[in-house]
Amino acid sequence: MNAAWNAVIGLEVHCQLATASKLFCACRNAFGEPPNTLVCPLCTGQPGALPVLNREALELGLRAALALGCEVAARSKFDRKHYFYCDLPKGYQISQYDQPLCSGGGLTLATGKRVRLKRIHLEEDAGKAIHDRGQVTLVDLNRAGVPLIECVSEPDISTPAEAHEYLSALKEILQFAGVSECDMEKGSLRCDVNVSVHRAGTPLGTKVELKNLNSFAHVVAALEYEIRRQIEAYESGEPSRAPVQETRLFDVQRGETRTMRAKEDAHDYRYFPDPDLPPFHVTREHLERARAHLPELPAARRKRYTDTLGLCEYDAGVMTSSRALADYFEATLRFSSSAKDVANWLGNEVLALFKDPSSGVRAVDELTFKPFDLAQLIELADSGKTNRAGARTILRAMCSTPKAPRELLRDLGLEQIEDTAQLERWCREVLAGSERIVAEVRGGNEKALGALIGPVMKLSGGKAKPQAVRDLLGRLIAERGSAG
Amino acid sequence: MSARAALATALDRIERYDEDIGALLEVDAAGAAARAAELDRSESHGALHGMPFVVKANMCIEGRIASCGSRMLEGYRAPYTASAVQRLIDEGAVPIGIANMDEFAFGSSGENSSFGSTRNPWDLSRAPGGSSSGSAAAVAARMVPFALGSDTGGSVRQPAALCGVTGYKPTYGVVSRHGLIAFGSSLDAVGVLATSAADVERVLAVISGADERDATSALRAPFEPAPARTDLRGLRVGLPREYFPADLDGRVRQPLEQALDDLRRLGAELVELDLPTTRHAIAAYYVVATAEASSNLARYDGVRYGARIAGDGSLQGMFAATRGAAFGAEALRRILLGTYVLSSGYYDAWYLRALKVRRAILRDFQAAFERVDVLAAPTSPTPAFRLGEKLSDPLAMYLCDVLTVPTSLAGLPAISVPCGCAAEDGVELPVGLQLIGPAFEDARVLSVARCYQAATEHHRRLPPLVAGGVA
Ligand SMILES: [Zn+2]
Repeated sequence: MNAAWNAVIGLEVHCQLATASKLFCACRNAFGEPPNTLVCPLCTGQPGALPVLNREALELGLRAALALGCEVAARSKFDRKHYFYCDLPKGYQISQYDQPLCSGGGLTLATGKRVRLKRIHLEEDAGKAIHDRGQVTLVDLNRAGVPLIECVSEPDISTPAEAHEYLSALKEILQFAGVSECDMEKGSLRCDVNVSVHRAGTPLGTKVELKNLNSFAHVVAALEYEIRRQIEAYESGEPSRAPVQETRLFDVQRGETRTMRAKEDAHDYRYFPDPDLPPFHVTREHLERARAHLPELPAARRKRYTDTLGLCEYDAGVMTSSRALADYFEATLRFSSSAKDVANWLGNEVLALFKDPSSGVRAVDELTFKPFDLAQLIELADSGKTNRAGARTILRAMCSTPKAPRELLRDLGLEQIEDTAQLERWCREVLAGSERIVAEVRGGNEKALGALIGPVMKLSGGKAKPQAVRDLLGRLIAERGSAG
Repeated sequence: MSARAALATALDRIERYDEDIGALLEVDAAGAAARAAELDRSESHGALHGMPFVVKANMCIEGRIASCGSRMLEGYRAPYTASAVQRLIDEGAVPIGIANMDEFAFGSSGENSSFGSTRNPWDLSRAPGGSSSGSAAAVAARMVPFALGSDTGGSVRQPAALCGVTGYKPTYGVVSRHGLIAFGSSLDAVGVLATSAADVERVLAVISGADERDATSALRAPFEPAPARTDLRGLRVGLPREYFPADLDGRVRQPLEQALDDLRRLGAELVELDLPTTRHAIAAYYVVATAEASSNLARYDGVRYGARIAGDGSLQGMFAATRGAAFGAEALRRILLGTYVLSSGYYDAWYLRALKVRRAILRDFQAAFERVDVLAAPTSPTPAFRLGEKLSDPLAMYLCDVLTVPTSLAGLPAISVPCGCAAEDGVELPVGLQLIGPAFEDARVLSVARCYQAATEHHRRLPPLVAGGVA
């Protein structure tokens, strides 16, 4: 019997660096501005304009290298990669060919499997060609010259699920390191895939490149389709169906891949060293500075959250699901004594806000209230000034008004009732109409008491403290027992 | 002299001579007049107060046409000003026109301009040399006291020699290339054409110095002229045998030998030596320069500016049609050559080998400069040739650069100074003496040239056409 089929997968991930300006000019690096407003003579390819390396981009590249354990090259250079396209203003892209910023490194998946990196290099992004506006092609050069790193993995990945995990982990590390936003929707993270299949113990199959993968889900779907296609092609035994070295596009609608260009149509990019940019040397000081600016990475944070702050694995995982949330969590902790409570509020109530369109906030960076305000709110709830439902109402209000939680508590009338005489009147009222339940409780069924709490809360307009109601009901029932 | 008076003189001479010579593509009389009046009103005067100058058409001046002598950029207005030009303007110099040139600086005669050939002021039937043809001719006819040119393989020095003016190529990196439209980026140098080495020094002092907009500009303070020397005692001048072949044109040899005598008379010690890699220089140069040119000219695709020809309507069709029609023959030849030498499978054999030769040439020069202070050689193998004479023979045209490309490959400072004339068919044709120095010894090269000019009159001679009008 034949050995099972194995897939061999390598990923090339392009990430836009989160710099203030472009890689070789002073134009702002930003997304969503009107077309061709973030441009200058250099990034529109005007004759005579010369590139000058943005040190911040180099710094972020080094940070990525350190975060992923790569070996940084002492000397590195830029090369020109030539091809003609309307979104490529100079007729070449400035990239790095044979002396990349760094090599080696990698990351470890949850299973303990190591995915090695081949290299990371710096390069500039191209502009954007827009073809769907009738007869003409429009070009927006805002993106032209934005700094990218290309992270090339070794073909160590074996399944679509591993590819997904690798991408998630890479994205998480680069986000935490402050290297890139890694937002696929904004195009700040893009991914190409190489995949081949072979039977264990036999030579590798022909490698196929997949493009147009605009989400992690597309990567998985395209890989699943492509692996199946290649296996079926080999198993058919028809030489005409055997996979050929080519680039295939993923068709999102049909969920399949199809030929984009064959190997013989591959570009000859005519790489050569860019004479406008002298080779650069990464000194020990460069590296030390990058290391000093390297923020704590997600795995280290999770460990600290469980070991030092006493969070459970689950909460630690939720708090590190994004750099923004983790930073917000830690900022809130500065004003709050209970990490557990803060994690609880952020993980449940605040994340729930993001899922609810009516809240008006979709992400941490859209929150209008400050970590201090959140800590105050938690304090109100913990100290019994309001109950959970009241606090939740206040949290919602905090999304649309700059008022402090304490003010909202008063304005919305959500203080918990601490007036025992009033509570007692409500309890007696409920007890009077619930002889059957009272009898049950007295008969030893403590749980039956729960059915009495709701009606009392209702009478209080939600302002009673549930624990106080429970205690009071228990005491009143016991008193009636001993009295009768 | 007031800026307005200097401008009036320049405009008068342009009016009188340029119809015959064709040095300038564009004259901005109104803009220059406004600037001159403004300068004369101002209290403080810059180092070059009121000096009119022209700029080779491959350097950007905001709002002016930077055509590079090509249909491709016909009507292209630069959106910014080159650093060198801006520094001149800041010191009170007044740009008054754009000088003709071989298309994209590809040529040694001036005939490759899409807008017609410039003629040599010494003999209108002859070529002024190139590619800074208009800049050299404009200075030769004394339309302006100086002009900016660019020198990639001799494009300032060779036309300076053929037009009888002083032409200087600084050490690579001494003058910012920002705003110089690239030909061969690792070779390109902004150069100065003037009527004397002293004037070159005044201009160089303004345009030199580090520029944060050019990563290849040297991190150095601006050039400062060396103190004047009354003689050349103690100076060792190397004479590379390869630059004085047995079959050197007699019209060049005779004035050159007189110049060497003059140097000796001034106290210099002349030393013959060898630069054995010289014979590989032309081949290496045309590989490196065309490789870089093919890349630098890739941006002219019809998309954003310049010529656009629709072709078959597809994007690739538009690229092909635009480039095929708007580039001249020499530009196409060099783009094809450069594309070839960078192609996979040929890169190692051509481009990498040329880089090795380039390093060997540099080592040759470095070894020579351990023995001598400067090198002396002819600038051009011949005096000015007739228009059309070499146009059909690209190789003969490339050989015009044989004496200038080695220094470009090595990035060294070099000057061409007039050293006499050869008489032919009853006309006098200027000949240039080339002085070459070690990297960043610009001041040494220029001070030797200044001393030579203080002791000789060749640089004061005027073309017959203008001799009567320029006293
Ligand atoms: Zn820009």
